[in-house]
Amino acid sequence: MKTNFSFRRQRGFFSLPNDNIVKTIGVATLLCLLCSVIVSGAATLLKPKQVANKLLDKKSNILSVAGISDESKSIDELFSQIEARVVDMKTGEFTDAVDATSFDQRKAANDAQYRVPLSKQQDLASVGAISKFGNVYLVRDGENVSKIILPISGYGLWSTMYGFLALESDGRTVSSITFYEHGETPGLGAEIENKKWQASWNGKQITDDSGVPVLRLVKGGIDLSAAGSEYKVDGLAGATLTSNGVSNLIQFWMGDDAFGPYLERVRSGKTQAKTQVKASTFNNGEKS
Amino acid sequence: MSSEAKKALFEPLVANNPIALQILGICSALAVTTQLSVALIMCLALTSVTAFSNLSISLVRNHVPSSIRIIVQMTIIASLVIVVDQILKAFAYEVSKQLAVFVGLIITNCIVMGRAEAYAMKNGPWNSFLDGIGNGLGYSVILIIVGTVRELLGSGSLLGYQILSPVSEGGWYVPNGLMLLAPSAFIIIGLTIWAIRSFYPEQVEKPDFEMQNAHNTSAHGSTGGAH
Repeated sequence: MKTNFSFRRQRGFFSLPNDNIVKTIGVATLLCLLCSVIVSGAATLLKPKQVANKLLDKKSNILSVAGISDESKSIDELFSQIEARVVDMKTGEFTDAVDATSFDQRKAANDAQYRVPLSKQQDLASVGAISKFGNVYLVRDGENVSKIILPISGYGLWSTMYGFLALESDGRTVSSITFYEHGETPGLGAEIENKKWQASWNGKQITDDSGVPVLRLVKGGIDLSAAGSEYKVDGLAGATLTSNGVSNLIQFWMGDDAFGPYLERVRSGKTQAKTQVKASTFNNGEKS
Repeated sequence: MSSEAKKALFEPLVANNPIALQILGICSALAVTTQLSVALIMCLALTSVTAFSNLSISLVRNHVPSSIRIIVQMTIIASLVIVVDQILKAFAYEVSKQLAVFVGLIITNCIVMGRAEAYAMKNGPWNSFLDGIGNGLGYSVILIIVGTVRELLGSGSLLGYQILSPVSEGGWYVPNGLMLLAPSAFIIIGLTIWAIRSFYPEQVEKPDFEMQNAHNTSAHGSTGGAH
């Protein structure tokens, strides 16, 4: 490159004085062209790998919230045990309007075709809008659904937190929770990633007997023997606003505007999940 | 290796450290040092950006019009940073999630701009490249010190391995929450600078002004109060 420059310096464009207007504009243009080629080249070449990483990360999070782990198997292998479904948020019924394996409710929330804007009263989790279809991941134990995994998201102190909540088959008992993307303060709000804290969610009840989501994070510890402790999770020390954000996103996603109708159907035993669904998804999978 | 090249490579490590002497690049030193592993990746990212931005700027230095030279430098640095960010997202996804916005902010790191303007614009490509690596390593030295102290005292671990077993896991160590917050990095950097300047007294700047001795109130009596 150096020799090239010194060779061309003998004549033409590169021999112009540096403060010449033509040279200034020329150098700026050349530089911009070169840099844009490098940047877009890197972005395009690495894109497939980045997308694969994101997908793998999401899958491994779903697996970890489902409690499935096996070091000898790859994430994709393990993930094949999980059944991806899509529900219509309004009716709470499963739908085949979109492909369940590729549909992403997070992306769809920004897609005019699926976007459902939320009013201020509805938008407890400050997400702005949600998709009219929601992803649901089912873990089966033989014929019966043993766990229902729901994507959740909501605003904390600095950032939108994204995670998954796994419920038992009764549609109200928490099995586990995980967060895979957020920008909360390390050591304080970022403790939502703390496995020990996440484990404290196990066995909590999302809704009261009438189906209203009541689970909240509370300050100052919880007396497990006291009445109502099954609706309370110990908040994060030093991270009140992040804790509030987590409470709000649970209220929102388990409420009527999001997965509420679906969970209502699960609780009343109305979901078709237990019968025909399994066969159909597996067939689809084989055909495609 | 010529003496100039050696100087470019080794001097910034301690004697002319970009953080400790020039006090540049403090922001990211506060932000990414709660965990040593994250700090190490940041060091690697910054060192490669500084080295390659110095190299490319030095290559084109004779053709950069002085009226737009800062923009030219910024463009080159920004492009390199985006490339580094893309590579991290592709090959070190977990770490890139932890570094989040800070990789992008390498663009604003004064060390990169400072070396481009102060060294690469006046020196040949090879020496500039070494200067970039040297300054990146100088930055790394401080980040590693700060990261080690913060992770060890703040969470009782190093590179994720538990060293001091914390009370929450049934051990004896009470993690120091201050170490996880930005101010602790200021304190540790301050102490490091103190240590370096004790070994290199010539680094100590002359005070901008002399502190006046306090008025001797007993000798001047009541006039002392008028000042």
